[in-house]
Amino acid sequence: MEKVDFSDELQLVAFSLAGEEYAVDIHYVQEINRLLNITRVPKAPYYVEGVINLRGNVVPVIDLRKRFSLPPRETTDRTRIIIIKVKDITVGIIVDGVSEVIRIQSSAVEPPPGLYGSVDLDYIRGVGKMDDRLLILINIEKVIDLEALAEEE
Amino acid sequence: MDMSQYMDMFMEESREHLQALNQKILELEDNPHDLGILDEIFRSAHTLKGMSATMGFERIAELTHEMENVLSVLRGAQVAVNTAVVDLLFRCLDSLESMVDSISSGDTGNADVSELTTLLRKAGQGELVAADKPKESIREASKVSEPVQPDLPTVVDGIEVLRSFEINQYDLTLLQEAQRKRYDAYHIQVELDPGCVMKSARAYMVFRNLEEFGEIIKSVPSSQELEDEKFDLSFEVVVVTKEEQERVLHAVDSIAEVRVKSITPVNLKEVKAQEAQDNDVPQAVKEPSEPINENAALLKNRTTTEAKSKIKGSQTVRVDIERLDNLMNLVGELVINKTRLEQISTTNSVTELNETIEHIDRITTDLQNVVMKVRMVPIEQVFNRFPRMVRDLAKELGKEINLIVEGKETELDRTVIDEIGDPLVHLIRNAIDHGVEMPEIRRQKGKPLESVVRLVAKHEGNNVVIEVEDDGRGLDPQALKNKAVQKGVISAREAEQMDDQAAINLIFMAGFSTAEKVSDVSGRGVGLDAVRTKIESLSGSVEIETRINQGTKFKIRLPLTLAIIQALLVNVGEEIYAIPLGTIDETTSIIPSHIKKVQNQEVVLLRGNVLPLVRLDNVLEVPKTIEESEELYVVVVRKGEKKAGLIVDSLIGQQEIVIKSPGKLLQGISGIAGAAILGNGHVSLILDVGTLF
Repeated sequence: MEKVDFSDELQLVAFSLAGEEYAVDIHYVQEINRLLNITRVPKAPYYVEGVINLRGNVVPVIDLRKRFSLPPRETTDRTRIIIIKVKDITVGIIVDGVSEVIRIQSSAVEPPPGLYGSVDLDYIRGVGKMDDRLLILINIEKVIDLEALAEEE
Repeated sequence: MDMSQYMDMFMEESREHLQALNQKILELEDNPHDLGILDEIFRSAHTLKGMSATMGFERIAELTHEMENVLSVLRGAQVAVNTAVVDLLFRCLDSLESMVDSISSGDTGNADVSELTTLLRKAGQGELVAADKPKESIREASKVSEPVQPDLPTVVDGIEVLRSFEINQYDLTLLQEAQRKRYDAYHIQVELDPGCVMKSARAYMVFRNLEEFGEIIKSVPSSQELEDEKFDLSFEVVVVTKEEQERVLHAVDSIAEVRVKSITPVNLKEVKAQEAQDNDVPQAVKEPSEPINENAALLKNRTTTEAKSKIKGSQTVRVDIERLDNLMNLVGELVINKTRLEQISTTNSVTELNETIEHIDRITTDLQNVVMKVRMVPIEQVFNRFPRMVRDLAKELGKEINLIVEGKETELDRTVIDEIGDPLVHLIRNAIDHGVEMPEIRRQKGKPLESVVRLVAKHEGNNVVIEVEDDGRGLDPQALKNKAVQKGVISAREAEQMDDQAAINLIFMAGFSTAEKVSDVSGRGVGLDAVRTKIESLSGSVEIETRINQGTKFKIRLPLTLAIIQALLVNVGEEIYAIPLGTIDETTSIIPSHIKKVQNQEVVLLRGNVLPLVRLDNVLEVPKTIEESEELYVVVVRKGEKKAGLIVDSLIGQQEIVIKSPGKLLQGISGIAGAAILGNGHVSLILDVGTLF
């Protein structure tokens, strides 16, 4: 059973990826950066783009398009790295652009529909409805494979 | 009450106290008459007891309590210090240590201590006599014809206030001694203002003021508990001093928010020794006057370092190593930004800016040095456990060993300190077990019976050198060769070609042990190869100097710190990688046509030796951008005895780099040892040379 936040209101950071709107809980978000110089890491998992220097700390960066098996795209002025911290793990995720911080009633979030686009359902926590917009809430712990990391220890 | 937050502190402090106990008991063995040492032992044991009782570790408290009893009897000279007692105390320490260890691994730490406590009780009654002849003649006290008597004074119904006060034998001895020296003792009840905040600070001020002219021999609650604010609004102390009562009163009363409720001179004759129920040394109160005089006379004869031996509390702060790492990161960031500023100033030359930048440069360099120093810890931490270990080993093996430790104060990075202990244990065990001969053989050889094992730490340039040296039989290259051939480690032909130094280095080979028989001490399979691997993993090296019948010296060379290393930066394609300088033998260039293939492995002949080649761009899956040139750069690296040449596109230069973890997500990727941030702010990966070939 996926845990759903039952507090009345959710605060989400909305971002765009391959023409769709996604969102991640603001509690995980540390900061949002422009694309920094990324150093490729050989033999890393396919979705890891490399590492960046975040004020003296080396932080791995995940390409969310690769993770979601979406077609690759050239980076633009709007491309951003969202720095996320889950438990004690800090990672960056590359997205096409960050739009805004959204407040949404938790009742407006529905479990993911049986089939949703091309993204693996594992990575989705639910779908938020706002007026006529649809926000795909990503399950960040699955995206960075937290379980696998925990097992390794 | 939730104690978990104090757990770390408890573990750390109890380990420190156990270490101190080990050391002091060793000293005691050599100077059984030194009262000062006994005092320190007593104090450590007492603190340990207090801490463990507070934390609810009853067995530790129980054992330390019994130890305390024995110590106070020793202190009162009723029982002499002999080897049996010292051995027993050591056994207690071992048991305490294992209990503390079990607590740290999440257990209750409640081992069975009944055997030890029984023995301790016996020792307390002087029934434990050394089986062998004690080092020094048993104390005069034991020559007193009648059975040993604890010297409890006349029992007169004492002053009421002292009723609540548990004056034990140890305190009593102190009081007696004080009185003999014409000190006065006062019992003071101190009360704090109900609205007082930071009660422990007030208590501390009371202690400080009193200790200016006297000594506090007892407080209820204990000073430890006072420090931890484990008391209500009042506490009691007994202080001995030569000052007038007025002055004592004033010293306490003058502190804000502190009030003296009562101050009473303590007359020893009136003190009733109220032993705690459990503190019962059997046949306690019996003969009053006689033994006192006798003991008093004895007391006089003994060296009294009482007042002088008070340990001066050094002003230190415990800091989580993580915070230091954070600090280090910030400094690193500062350095990087400083470099940027410098670049800006060279393009737009403004004199004022230049001056400021030079200033910043100096400050950051200083700051970097300070932060590095903060991370340094004296190697004493590691060395301290060896005297005890050597003593036990020597006893077990029947050898006479004099361990000389030098350079305890040499400082190393904390991370290195944590890792170096095991290899050193191994080398010292080796020296004592294999290096040093039995006394009988030493006599035949005309050597002094007592052999000397030296453990030395010192600075040498940017390295720390640790030497383990014995004056034993030394290593025989020929014997080593024979052994190696016999074990199939090398062939007979290889053995013939080997020079002596190479033969001696054979002992670092895996599966090589020269001991004829496997003893309990060393030679259990994990050989010197493990030692060398460990030290190399710390970017260090080991060398051996040896002479037959004169001894062997192992010389370990370690970098001052693991956080910052020297590295060679190289280009592979358009990417920059760092190769730790410690692993590099040389750099050279080769012509592609000289590359040969042996069993599908590219090799090149370098000065007559076959050198396997590793193409880094293939191994690291670097996108190919640069055409193969007429000349290839090769970095020759070493892993133990093996060498390989890494083919790179160009050499950038040597640089000091700060090693960073690439994060959990990327841990365990083969070929990469870590990441470093370069001057331009980009991240470069550090190659793990060991896994490349």
